[in-house]
Amino acid sequence: MTEELQANAHVQTVTVDDEPTTGVEGANDITAELCALAPIGLLAELTHRCPLQCGYCSNPIELERVANELTTEEWCDVMRQAGEMGILQIHLSGGEPCARKDLEEIVSTASEAGLYTNLITAAVTLKRERLEGLVKRGLDHVQISFQDVDPENAERIGGYPGATQKKLDVAGWVTEMGVPLTVNAPIHRKNIQSVPAYVDLAIKLGAQRLEIAHAQYYGWAYLNRAALIPTYEDTLASIEFIEEARERLKGILTIDMVVPDYYAKRPKPCMGGWAKGFMNITPAGKVLPCHAAESIPELEFDNVKTRKLRDIWMDGSAFNAFRGTSWMKEPCRSCAFKNIDYGGCRCQAMAMTGDPRNTDPACALSPYHAEMVNFAKEETAKPPTEFLYRNPRNAADVLKAKEETLLPAE
Amino acid sequence: MMGDATAPRRLMVDRETKPKLPPYLKLRHDAGRDRWVLLAPERVLTPDQTAVAVLQLCDGEQTVTEIAAKLAKEYSAPVDVIAADIVELLQDLADKGYVKG
Repeated sequence: MTEELQANAHVQTVTVDDEPTTGVEGANDITAELCALAPIGLLAELTHRCPLQCGYCSNPIELERVANELTTEEWCDVMRQAGEMGILQIHLSGGEPCARKDLEEIVSTASEAGLYTNLITAAVTLKRERLEGLVKRGLDHVQISFQDVDPENAERIGGYPGATQKKLDVAGWVTEMGVPLTVNAPIHRKNIQSVPAYVDLAIKLGAQRLEIAHAQYYGWAYLNRAALIPTYEDTLASIEFIEEARERLKGILTIDMVVPDYYAKRPKPCMGGWAKGFMNITPAGKVLPCHAAESIPELEFDNVKTRKLRDIWMDGSAFNAFRGTSWMKEPCRSCAFKNIDYGGCRCQAMAMTGDPRNTDPACALSPYHAEMVNFAKEETAKPPTEFLYRNPRNAADVLKAKEETLLPAE
Repeated sequence: MMGDATAPRRLMVDRETKPKLPPYLKLRHDAGRDRWVLLAPERVLTPDQTAVAVLQLCDGEQTVTEIAAKLAKEYSAPVDVIAADIVELLQDLADKGYVKG
């Protein structure tokens, strides 16, 4: 837990992060109190359409079609229900949320419902007039991803020519309009050297917050992890640099860091605990306890089209599946840390061990831990490789290849 | 050199500071939970009664001394103790970027 999250005599702080694995994090008593009847954060993935093609994306391989996206009225209804049930912050994300022509109506409704609205955007298609309109409608905070500080490398990673200048323009407008800006820095092997430069960039842009988000290996990022995992030495150096910068930049820049767990000894408390404070809605309206939950085949998800958000939060089977600790197997069940890290990440356990009830392999107590660490060390000892761009064509190819491997051997 | 950029300085709160909240912070009474919350980018802060009383007076015009005098009267408490408490509270919030001078 960062220093910031420790209790002050009069004010406690809880993070409501948009990162797929961070979720809600704060002292146990205050978090439990805030989240007793409703989550405090909601990640609304408005669409999977995106002008960028980043290989570190944590969206599922099978991208949702436009035709299946929720309608304007359905999203607005979600916003009203969220406000009524006590959700406090909404992250409008995707894909690229600006690909929705009705973003204005969604922002207005969210704001009227009392939600603190965060726009998580790649910013390359956002025009000044549109941003002004969104701010007038009550948009509270804008987060812009920069694929690298070096423009050439950034454009290679995102697969979008001219991206950096567009992002810099939008960032300038955001601060000019008096809206807080977060610079999102998705970190992996191809840009980890730029961590110090990201800090400079955030300061230069007048950002309130910098998110050093080491890639988490879900969806496309899992597919591409061999190309994305940074070396152990670079990882450590980046963490040390940020810890020092945080202290140096107190009161000037808030720095949040999501660390990679392939080199960890203890797993991350993924989502701040399954279904404890956060929920996620897919472009088609499926309600998930976390961003990657669809990778667990045994779970069934309710849809906002057929069930009220509050019912889903309280009684949805996917939410109850891994809530609390009673689902745990050994070594989690008897572990002293089970209420601290909640056994780590269910999706990572699923992906690497085939059982979501197993301890996250990031935990040194997992029988799969050595395999995970060795994978990272072996891949990073090799020369860097290229990742597969996230786009519908590659999605079709990957899914087709998967189907073929599932055919019976005869 | 990289990583050495300097820009706005850290606010050091003292009794002459005229604190104000940046416009993007929302101090809101949460009816469902019956408590005050302070909403910030990807943060929810939970001020107690004392913090709420202080924050409501942070308008950029009154000094910490003036705020302390008002609260000392309201809560019939020693003004010096209150002023010291306010400085500590505001410094903590300023270090997180939630109070400006």
